Amino acid sequence: MTDLKPITALNGDSAAVDTIATLTIRENPDLALASVAARHGAGDTVAARLKDALSLSLLAPAHWAAAGDYAAIWLGPDQWMVNAEYGTHALLASDLKAIVGDAGSVTEQTDGWCCFDVEGEQLVAAFERLCALDFAQMQPGQANRTTIHHLGCLVVRTDAGASVFGPRSSARSLHHALIEAAYSVA
Amino acid sequence: MLINHPILGPRDAAEFTYLGDAALIDRPNWQADDAAEAFHDYLYLRDNPAGLHRELWFHEQGDRSWLVVTRNTLTHEITSVELARDVALARGRGKE
Repeated sequence: MTDLKPITALNGDSAAVDTIATLTIRENPDLALASVAARHGAGDTVAARLKDALSLSLLAPAHWAAAGDYAAIWLGPDQWMVNAEYGTHALLASDLKAIVGDAGSVTEQTDGWCCFDVEGEQLVAAFERLCALDFAQMQPGQANRTTIHHLGCLVVRTDAGASVFGPRSSARSLHHALIEAAYSVA
Repeated sequence: MLINHPILGPRDAAEFTYLGDAALIDRPNWQADDAAEAFHDYLYLRDNPAGLHRELWFHEQGDRSWLVVTRNTLTHEITSVELARDVALARGRGKE
């Protein structure tokens, strides 16, 4: 039997945690992701099926919501990214496909992304340097896609701070950008 | 420069890419008798107005929606932003 060893997006055995002055940047490797796109004219059907099965609300543009084990981030018109803990929901994409049926298209996204949770006092100042979003105006529950250091990223405002989802193949570049911004506001 | 996205509000223009004249929405009917001539004009002839210009922009680093932006080519002032989907449907596209 091949002895496979799981690694995080930053090539570590365990999640990286960096604390720079008041800011903490924590890699989140335990994440299953799948995108759900409603077929033409089936947005309401997809939303109703996910609501019934998971109590998950597919919210208005630029928002996200959590329910139980799951959270859904608005990506674009009739399109959402659903996430859950990988440890308990490794089959997220096929589970979602069984729920939405022919009303939506589900795509496995787990290994395409990396995620960093950022929190601390200088959060707003750091994100003002990282991206062109009006981050100071973003409330917990809002989420936007934008560029951070030329990488297309999702910036999700949480109660604790912010989560950044970026392309996994550029995880080190995104991590570097976050660290750099943290030092510049420290 | 900011583009006032109809769904997301004002967003940095760097998140968008530019395609060109919004007249591209009005693709000719390929079955029409004058299709060859119509496609020649569609492909090669563009207005070059000094003033208001309707153009297609793509929110590539955002929600990936196509927009019709009305921009003044003399001042860069943007006077209106619509979802290209709504514009195309209003012009009877997508029903054929």
